[in-house]
Amino acid sequence: MQEKLIFEHSRPGRSAEAQYPSATAAAQVPEALRRRTPPRLPEVSELQAVRHYTRLSRLNFSIDTHFYPLGSCTMKYNPRACNQYAMLPEFLARHPLAPESTGQGIMQCLYELQEMLKAVTGMQGVSLTPMAGAQGEFAGVAMIRAYHKARLDFARTEIIVPDAAHGTNPATATMCGCTVKEIPSLPNGDIDLNALHAAVGPQTAGIMLTNPSTLGVFERRIGEVAAIVHAAGGLLYYDGANLNAILGKVRPGDMGFDVIHMNLHKTFSTPHGGGGPGSGAVGVGERLLPFLPLPLVGFDGQRYRWLGEKDLPQSIGRLSAFAGNTGVLLRAYVYMRMLGREGMHRVSEFATLNANYLMAGLAAAGFELAYPGRRAGHEFIVTLRREAREYGTTAMDFAKRLLDFGFHAPTTYFPLLVPECLLIEPTETESKEELDAFVAAMVAIREEAQTDAGKLKGAPWTLPVRRLDDVRAAKHLDIAWVPA
Amino acid sequence: MPFIPHTPEDVREMLERIGAPDTDALFDEIPAGLRTAALQEIPPALSEMEIGRLMSARAAADGRRLNFIGAGAYEHHVPAAVWAIVTRGEFYSAYTPYQAEASQGTLQLLYEYQSMMASLTGMAASNASLYDGATALAEACLMAVRAHRKSKSQRILVPASVNPTYRQVLQAIAGNQNLAFDLLPYDATGGHTTVASLEKYRGADITALVIQQPNFFGTLEDVDALTDWAHAAGMLVIAVVNPTSLAILKPPGEWGSKGADIVCGEGQPLGVPLSSGGPYFGFMTTRLEHVRQMPGRIVGRTVDLDGKQGFTLTLQAREQHIRRSKATSNICTNQGLLVTAATIYMSLVGPHGLAQVASACMERSAELVDALTRVRGVRLAFDRPRFHEAVLLLDRPVRGVLEALAARDIVGGVDISTQYPALGNALLVCATETRTGEDVATYARVLSEIMQNAAAA
Repeated sequence: MQEKLIFEHSRPGRSAEAQYPSATAAAQVPEALRRRTPPRLPEVSELQAVRHYTRLSRLNFSIDTHFYPLGSCTMKYNPRACNQYAMLPEFLARHPLAPESTGQGIMQCLYELQEMLKAVTGMQGVSLTPMAGAQGEFAGVAMIRAYHKARLDFARTEIIVPDAAHGTNPATATMCGCTVKEIPSLPNGDIDLNALHAAVGPQTAGIMLTNPSTLGVFERRIGEVAAIVHAAGGLLYYDGANLNAILGKVRPGDMGFDVIHMNLHKTFSTPHGGGGPGSGAVGVGERLLPFLPLPLVGFDGQRYRWLGEKDLPQSIGRLSAFAGNTGVLLRAYVYMRMLGREGMHRVSEFATLNANYLMAGLAAAGFELAYPGRRAGHEFIVTLRREAREYGTTAMDFAKRLLDFGFHAPTTYFPLLVPECLLIEPTETESKEELDAFVAAMVAIREEAQTDAGKLKGAPWTLPVRRLDDVRAAKHLDIAWVPA
Repeated sequence: MPFIPHTPEDVREMLERIGAPDTDALFDEIPAGLRTAALQEIPPALSEMEIGRLMSARAAADGRRLNFIGAGAYEHHVPAAVWAIVTRGEFYSAYTPYQAEASQGTLQLLYEYQSMMASLTGMAASNASLYDGATALAEACLMAVRAHRKSKSQRILVPASVNPTYRQVLQAIAGNQNLAFDLLPYDATGGHTTVASLEKYRGADITALVIQQPNFFGTLEDVDALTDWAHAAGMLVIAVVNPTSLAILKPPGEWGSKGADIVCGEGQPLGVPLSSGGPYFGFMTTRLEHVRQMPGRIVGRTVDLDGKQGFTLTLQAREQHIRRSKATSNICTNQGLLVTAATIYMSLVGPHGLAQVASACMERSAELVDALTRVRGVRLAFDRPRFHEAVLLLDRPVRGVLEALAARDIVGGVDISTQYPALGNALLVCATETRTGEDVATYARVLSEIMQNAAAA
């Protein structure tokens, strides 16, 4: 059963009239600026629109419907309370430029969020404005550059990045006008310290790291890494994508990081929304406080106010038209208040318990771990290279067959270092039974790979579509409907 | 512990399988010196009932007032069906559609969104969103530099009548990559950008001209003349537009004889409430020939193994997860949920409903300007046609007037005197289809009282 496009439901003259404002004749737009032909928007009844998009929603996997162990994405339960209280009518109706006197309530929420994020990360200042992790990274690297420029050290234009880094890291470095130097990881997952020694120098602006790394393991010699980079005059940037592994156990500030970004849509459970909105709040140590992106919420003991250019003249500037993804920030605030100090510790404890349990289960079932000697953080990597050799099945084939078993696949082919890999992150909100069922599914799929590999290669079989032709999508580009 | 399902029995069994004595042992790879103490600064946990009460109290303290601010975020009626569907778990808690077969709902919706935005702006290709209008403009400028093969200067002309915060964001984001921005003055009588102001750049190597329509003052620019001049001078044209207005205004794809090259703007007016400033979404559309330089995700229609229609992310080689340091942008997570709202909104209002909204906005704001300029000490700044915003000049500082209005539950507009000192005491006001004749009359009456009570500056 294929869903039509909304345009295919359209009929000229059909409309959802209850949604029309009362207006008289078309307003007097000057002749030369008047639109001649109406835009090709759907002409459907309200029921048709509601039915169409409701039916589309049912074609999706989501956390609310499926176990979603996407490594590095932290697909934990998005509490409904967060949505309900972020969408209270007064918060929704407020214009961002309304006087501060009319926004003390919401500003208090944002200020307290700033303070709580400082506390859990061990940083001295926080800005909530970056609208996603990548924008947080941009702010972080821009602040590092601003710091060196303020000290008149213009040679520092190189950012060091481990080869296992998420693609946004080197992409961000380039966007900030820096060059990228990659350093290798050792077979045990740690950074190659010798390579790091060789890489640092007077051109080093800083290093971008995740800890635990994208390989799912804790960089045990982080103290040494920090010492090497700081001694060479560079700064340490923490990519907070994996914060769920250490929340309440270790603080990036204590590890020596000068600047961090947090993914509120990962660690602090704001909804992924089919691709956003996120929030990439940044935290800084003492050195980078003057450079934080604007605006911040300030508090003088009595009133909350927005801090701007006069308060932070060395700020790297504004990264959005207003104050970032405010509604997302409110959701994170509600979540953190519901966790409280006890709950904050429990997040990483149970995320790590679940990851290690799942890892042990898969290992016991004969799957090959990428880093068998290591503890899992909140995620771990399984490599299916043996199965590829013996049965001719790929990680992609396993992933697609998992969909038929009712599980969203783990992250595939990231990090790039590990061949035929699955990066698996269960999160703390999943039950033991769910994890056991996942292991059972993987075992069943491997048996199929052995006896009838076609079952994997042709998967998925039970979803709204079979495997899609990506090559054709790029070659015969069809990215907008036009009428026949 | 909220949201964690484990019983003590579960924990026992799991530790046994792992072979660890307790959960603490699972962190034994972390150097002891790094382990943090209890987080005393974090308050104790609240139940859902308690946090609900707290949030309701704070929201009530902020209250609601009659809103007459635009300045880049516009109050429109959002049909009830929009967020009822957007907050369905299948949309709300879904991830980026990397496993296409498990995400056909989101992917088809994004394809429909791209189709609508392309048509609305008069262009051939759209992406699946950027963060907001300001960052979309920054990305558009970076894209123009990549796309314009013949220009080496990386110099962009930006009218002063473009939203001043957008201009700040441009500098913060694109300044790092050696783009230079030249400011074009606005005409003192009309508040618009004139071809005359461009003349000094004739013969210079300029990469692009930015045109905002309507501009920050609400004034309608002479888009055909500006576009043709820019193209004749070898520049690309970047259009920054209000999506509601495009229901009745000529879209950028039809500006001048060749149309704009890159179009961007703030999508919030399409089904997204004011929400105290976000989340919103930025849109971007362009010519087919530039699609490989466009940042952000793009969804394509294709077929599956059985030849059945399906949708998938495409042209991913532009993006960070493939191209890394050579990507068109570092953007990964964008504003998917807001695009979902916009797509449902556009389907509910349709082309005629959106035109009605746009017309009503023009009408109400004209009524507003008429009523407010009858108040002594208030006059209109510019004499050109507008969309739904206007600049009023007051005979006294705007700040005090706005504070007095707020005390009477009216959010009267934005004080733009600091950003545009040449104007004097300047107030930017807006009225959309959500403001009734009564609302306008209330504002005028209260303003009149305020202006009479205090002596003129």
